[in-house]
Amino acid sequence: MTSEKTTGAPRTLYEKIWDAHMVEPLASGAALLYIDRHLVHEVTSPQAFDGLRVNGRKVRRPDATLAVPDHNVPTANRDQEIVDPESRLQVATLVENVAAFGVPFIPLNDVRQGIVHVIGPEQGASLPGMTIVCGDSHTATHGALGALAFGIGTSEVEHVLATQTLVQAPSKTMRVTVNGELGLGVSAKDLALYIIGQIGAGGGTAHVIEYAGEAVTSLSMAGRMTLCNMAIESGARAGLVAPDDTTFDYIKGRPMAPKGEDFDAAVAYWRTLPTEAGAVFDKEVVLDAADIAPMITWGTSPDAVIPVTGLVPDPSDLTDDAIRANHQRMLDYMALSPGALIGTPVDVVFVGSCTNSRIEDIRDVALIAKGRKVADGVRAMVVPGSGLVKLQAEAEGLDKVLLEAGFEWRDPGCSMCLGMNEDKLKPGQRCVSTSNRNFEGRQGPGGRTHLASPAMAAAAAVTGRIVDCREFA
Amino acid sequence: MQPFTQLTGIAAPLPVANVDTDKIIPARFLKTLTRTGLGKSLFDGLRYDADGKERPDFVLNQEPYRKAEILIALDNFGCGSSREHAPWALGDFGIRCVIAPSFADIFYNNCFKNGLLPVALPREVCEQLMEETKLGSNARVTVDLERQVVVRANGEEIAFDVDAGRRHALLNGLDEIAETLTHDAGISTFETNRAKAEPWRTAVSL
Ligand code: SF4
Repeated sequence: MTSEKTTGAPRTLYEKIWDAHMVEPLASGAALLYIDRHLVHEVTSPQAFDGLRVNGRKVRRPDATLAVPDHNVPTANRDQEIVDPESRLQVATLVENVAAFGVPFIPLNDVRQGIVHVIGPEQGASLPGMTIVCGDSHTATHGALGALAFGIGTSEVEHVLATQTLVQAPSKTMRVTVNGELGLGVSAKDLALYIIGQIGAGGGTAHVIEYAGEAVTSLSMAGRMTLCNMAIESGARAGLVAPDDTTFDYIKGRPMAPKGEDFDAAVAYWRTLPTEAGAVFDKEVVLDAADIAPMITWGTSPDAVIPVTGLVPDPSDLTDDAIRANHQRMLDYMALSPGALIGTPVDVVFVGSCTNSRIEDIRDVALIAKGRKVADGVRAMVVPGSGLVKLQAEAEGLDKVLLEAGFEWRDPGCSMCLGMNEDKLKPGQRCVSTSNRNFEGRQGPGGRTHLASPAMAAAAAVTGRIVDCREFA
Repeated sequence: MQPFTQLTGIAAPLPVANVDTDKIIPARFLKTLTRTGLGKSLFDGLRYDADGKERPDFVLNQEPYRKAEILIALDNFGCGSSREHAPWALGDFGIRCVIAPSFADIFYNNCFKNGLLPVALPREVCEQLMEETKLGSNARVTVDLERQVVVRANGEEIAFDVDAGRRHALLNGLDEIAETLTHDAGISTFETNRAKAEPWRTAVSL
């Protein structure tokens, strides 16, 4: 526990952020932790605002809060009213709540609207050394900037709105070091999936993971966001990458970032944040980037993952009854048998979600789509992470490449990542998806999800099968 | 919040690992604006077929487990989303306690905010308890938060760990926000000091 460290002992990035935000230790052993940024969306906030209302409470720091609709919004025909009455009401309720409580808000028709975890960094609202929370588990994404960012439930959303703090116990720390360079056609998504495969879907439970090593520090900010985004899929509370020049270059000039001398002062502080030599983690994992191929999941848990050239494991090789039964259940749901996965026909390809919907991801897809056609019978959709990503892609002509190839080019939102709006798989459909969860029914009841990188998704779209994207390199 | 002190009830076995929040309550049921009414959609994909008819092989569709107040499952229960709709749906169905070898962090945390007690016990113990639930309505399990024990049908007691602060809050049904607001002066001091030390900190502005 942080507080037990002797003064002067080398600290980790996580411990430094924790110490800087500790308002007061509490009798229970937990602490009151100050929250710098609170991101709010339409799905996990209505009951929280309602709670404030019932108790006659205000939002303590509207200027630390940013709201946007994303989970439930349509990704086409934005000029019309939202068709689904429940979705319409949920978005309208957010509009009412932010007005009533004075919370800064990016409305649906604003070019800055997008997935909450894409727009936080994009707007410069998420900065190194901050504590950032949102009623959404993929808040870990913002850890890419060297911020302590984690998902909270609605009760805690209400708690942060009312007090700008959370009651928190310190987490354990884990460092995942990936040495070496990623091979050609191997992306941050493959790195993320590989790590989850290595440590397991519960491997990070109760820990905050710091990602380190050459394969991590050489990633772009987009890649680091993809990596931290999926920390939660290994059960970790949050994922972190130490801020460095890549981070500062990314932040400079963003709308809400400090400017001029303030920026320099901020950078000077941010440079003090990285983990010091000799700091001790509760757990250390060391991996080699050379072992990583393009990855794809075969089951309904993100750790059920193999290299695309690998084999779906055979349950009869497993000795533990419960694990074997789970494994078989996953195979049945996915309609797969042990053996090669490559060549399996797909029905849908989804490029999007807070994991992979940034401009870099769309460029990866366009590179493979260029001059090719989406295979017959395949529905392929690209959903940019924000209105600004969409504009950027259009400025680069990527929309034309994608449309010519037969991809759908849609408006920003969570879309088929969780199937809350009308973008859903039909029962039995098989989808290669750049999102982060392959749970049963996640993309629509009965839908079958294979998680993979944008390049793998694009390769599946143009061949109609699960293939190795390196064939297109 | 409804306090949790002691509960004696029917326990339903769900011998599945990684029961994720999409299984507990699929995303399409998250369009609600209230905390109530989600019980009928709890475990929707497992409980109902494509036509909305009950699947007779699912435990909560069987007697006596339709009235289960305790659920026993395997590792990493509640993994996935931060949606508090998961504990709301469990609670709305009537489940007040989940016993499993391990829980996902956010779900675990969310339970305590909603009067639900998650109890972590070793996997062998969970499997044993599941075995005993076959006794049907005789399979009454008692969960006593005051004494921090689970009492098996045969009277044997199994101790469990729970954080002292969370236990206290749950036993007394405390409003955490009201508690935190008693630290209001401390929060204000923190904010003032911070603003002085780091004047470059920016506000959200659109
Ligand atoms: S894109 Fe998916 S994972 Fe990301 S915030 Fe939206 S629903 Fe959650």
